[in-house]
Amino acid sequence: VVHTNAYYLLIPIIAAGLVLGVIVYWMSVHWVVGRSQLMSLLSTFAVNMMVIGIGTALWSTSPYNVDFSLPGITIGPYTFTGNHIAAAIAAVVIALALQFFLYKTRFGKAIRAVSDNRDAAELMGISSTTVLTGAFAIGIALAIASGALVSTLFPFTILSGATYQLKSFVVTVLAGLGKPAGALVAGVLLGLVEGLVTPFIAVSWVPLIEFGLFVVVLIFFPRGIFVRANA
Amino acid sequence: VIVRRPVLYLTLITAALFIYVPLRNNNVTLREDLILVAIAVILASNLNLMIGYTGYVNFGHIVFYGLGGYVGLYLATVQHWNLILASLAAGLVVSLFALVLGLGILRLRGAYFALATIGILQAVQSFVSNFDPWGRSTGLYLSFESYAPLGGAMRALWITYYLLIGVMALSMILSLGIKVSKFGLGLFAIREDEDAAVVLGVNTTTAKAIIYSVSAFLPAVAGTLMFYKNGMIDPSIAFEFIASLEGIVMLMLGGKGTVVGAALGGGMYERLRSYLLTSPRLSNFHLVIAGGMLLLVILFAPGGLIGWLYSLVPRSRKVIE
Repeated sequence: VVHTNAYYLLIPIIAAGLVLGVIVYWMSVHWVVGRSQLMSLLSTFAVNMMVIGIGTALWSTSPYNVDFSLPGITIGPYTFTGNHIAAAIAAVVIALALQFFLYKTRFGKAIRAVSDNRDAAELMGISSTTVLTGAFAIGIALAIASGALVSTLFPFTILSGATYQLKSFVVTVLAGLGKPAGALVAGVLLGLVEGLVTPFIAVSWVPLIEFGLFVVVLIFFPRGIFVRANA
Repeated sequence: VIVRRPVLYLTLITAALFIYVPLRNNNVTLREDLILVAIAVILASNLNLMIGYTGYVNFGHIVFYGLGGYVGLYLATVQHWNLILASLAAGLVVSLFALVLGLGILRLRGAYFALATIGILQAVQSFVSNFDPWGRSTGLYLSFESYAPLGGAMRALWITYYLLIGVMALSMILSLGIKVSKFGLGLFAIREDEDAAVVLGVNTTTAKAIIYSVSAFLPAVAGTLMFYKNGMIDPSIAFEFIASLEGIVMLMLGGKGTVVGAALGGGMYERLRSYLLTSPRLSNFHLVIAGGMLLLVILFAPGGLIGWLYSLVPRSRKVIE
C-alpha cells in the first residue's frame, strides 16, 4: 500500500513543534537569557529529563515502528528505498527553506541580528524576546520534523534521540553556527563518513568516530569547515 | 588551614555514624540504602569540583565511575588483584585518561566543553561495547569465588561498604581541601571570569585539566567498589547519561560550589529517588520530578539549599561551606 499522504502529516507535526517550542522557551530558556550560558544549557536539559520521563511513563521504552513504505527505485545493482528518498528530499527542502528564511525574510534577518549582537538589535527596534521565542520554536519544530522522518526509516524509542544528539553537534560545528545550507553539506559529509567506515568496522564504533571528528573540528576549525582560517 | 574548618569534623562524624549505625544491629537494609547515598555524595562532590568550583558543566561525569568500575573489576577478577589495589589503580588510570583528554578538550570553553563531554560519554561507551577483554556489550560478571579473598560474600559486602564510606569522606575532605587552597582560588577565578584569571597569572589550561583529572579519581575508585559489590558491570549500566544528569540535579539542589551542599543534595536526591522508584504510583515519574526540581532550582534558587540558607542566615557562610 502506498501512503504518500503520510508525508502531509509533517505539516501538523511542524505546527505542533512550533507550539511546543514556544512553551519550552517560556518554561525554561526565557528566564535564564542573559545569565551564564551554562544555565540555559542546564535548564534545557532539565526539560529534556522531564520529556524523557513523561515519554517513558506514556509509551515505555520499548521500540515503536512506523509501518509503511514507499516503492523504491532500482538503478542497476542499487536499490534506493522510497522512505529514504522521501526523507532526503524533505531534508533538502527544509534546509533550503531555512536558509531562505534566515537570509531573505525580515524575521530571519532579525534572528541573525539578535544572535550577532543582542543590544544593537534592540536599539534597531527588534524585540529580542520575540525573536528568541521564534528562533527557539523553529529549532524545536525542525528537530521534531527530523524525528518524524527518522521514524519512517528505523524503529525508535523515547530514548532514541540520544544517538542523534552527538550527530547534530558534529554537523553543527562542521557547518559553523547559523549556516543551514552548510549544515546540509556537513550532514551529508558525516553520513558519507559513517557509510564509508561501516564496511570495515562495526556500526557500534560510530560514536567514537563522531566524537573524534567533533573534537578535531572544534579545535582546528572553530568556525566550521566552510570558513578559511583568516577569512 | 583545613584542621580549623568545622566542615571537616562534620564530615568525620557523618562517616562514623554511617559506619556505626548499620553495624550496631547488623542492619543490611539500612546498609544498602546508605551505600547508594554514599555513591550519590561521592559523585555530586566530585562533580562540584568542575561545575561548582570551576564553572564548567560536565555532562559526562558518570564516565569516570563506569570506566573506573571496568578497570577495577578487570584487575580484581581477571588479573586477581587485591580489591583495594585494583580500585586505586582504576582511580589512577581513569585520572590519567581524564588528564590527557582534558588537556585536549578543555581548550574548548563553556558550552562547547559541555557538549564535548556528552560526546566523551558516548565515545567511551561505544569503545567499551566493542572491547573484547571487557566482554563487549555483555560486560563482566563476577563468580561467587571472586569474593573468597575477602572472606566470602557476606564479609566482602561489609568491607566494600566501609571502603565506600571512606571514599565518601575523602571526597568531602578533598572538596574542602581544594576550597581552602590557593589552587582552589585559581579555579574560582576561572569560574568568575576566565579572561581575567589568565591576566592575573592563573595557568587556566593546566588548572582546568588538573581539576578535571582530580574529579575523576574518587568516582573511579567508587565505581570499582560498587560494581564489585554488585557482581557485574555492562556498558548500559556503567555509562548511563541519565545518571550523569541526575548528578547535576543533586549538585544544583544542594547548592553548587559548597562542600556541604553537594553532599546534602546527593543524599537527599538519592533518598527521594529511592522513594519514588519504589512507590507504585510515582515510579514512572521520577525523571519528571527530577527534571522539574532542576528547573525550579535553576530559575528560582540558583544557590540551592545552602544558598538559601546563606541568604536566611548570612553568618552560616562562615561555618557551613
